[in-house]
Amino acid sequence: MRTGAEVTISKEAFETQVLGILGPLHGVARRLTRNETDAEDLVAESVTRAWRARGSLADTGAFRGWMFRILTNTFISERRKALVRPREELLVDECGEEEGAFSIFERLHQPFLLWFSNPEQEFLDKLLREDLDRALAALPEHYRVVIVLADVEGLKYGEIAETLDVPVGTVRSRLARARSALQRMLWTVARDHGLQPSRAAGTHR
Amino acid sequence: MSDTDDMGCERALTRLLEFIDRELPDGEHDSVERHLRTCRSCFSRLEFESRLKQRLSALSAEDAPSKSRDRIRDLIKGF
Repeated sequence: MRTGAEVTISKEAFETQVLGILGPLHGVARRLTRNETDAEDLVAESVTRAWRARGSLADTGAFRGWMFRILTNTFISERRKALVRPREELLVDECGEEEGAFSIFERLHQPFLLWFSNPEQEFLDKLLREDLDRALAALPEHYRVVIVLADVEGLKYGEIAETLDVPVGTVRSRLARARSALQRMLWTVARDHGLQPSRAAGTHR
Repeated sequence: MSDTDDMGCERALTRLLEFIDRELPDGEHDSVERHLRTCRSCFSRLEFESRLKQRLSALSAEDAPSKSRDRIRDLIKGF
């Protein structure tokens, strides 16, 4: 719906904006879909939807957030179509998935060795980009979406809440659980590489 | 609450991730910051969680330019 007072974005400006964030858009699409071809299709579909919805763009300064929202929503609605029992699958969130929060720091940190070594920092140093991507890809979807938006792309909680159409409190708690799940996944990925240090010397909570 | 009251580790840790995300209200942000100045173990944890987040955000910065530029340009041309 267009009002007479506002000018909707021109095609040239739209193209400039889209191409300006195409890298990150593609990155989010790839991390959500976990598949290069699907990612390209998702970006194309989202750009088409964005053009159709250009009247809802408040101002060009908000383009990035607006475009990420449309991309995320396109992803979610495509996924809903693909699932046999969409409501059940997508709403899995609360039910006893974690055996308590997982913390790499708590596993590795050794306060008494502070001046000589920093095992948790070494852990991070040895992680490769592909380890992080692999861990992200292994996360359940509802966790992967919030971590990609919050930590990879730096969206604020409020923006994410709007995108997913949930309260900010839900974003907060889901993100906390998602990060715990990610750390658990990274721990496993590291172990598979043989990167996990022995815990023989450490105090362990 | 006086300026010198410390919020303690337990309270600081429950707010740590939101602190890193800069999503705490100002007063709480300052309280956490004050605690981190004096508590070595919480500060170490802050360093770790911050660095992990930096590694994640670097994934975006280091992504290769999209190969689908031409496809998107053509798509928009057709709008």
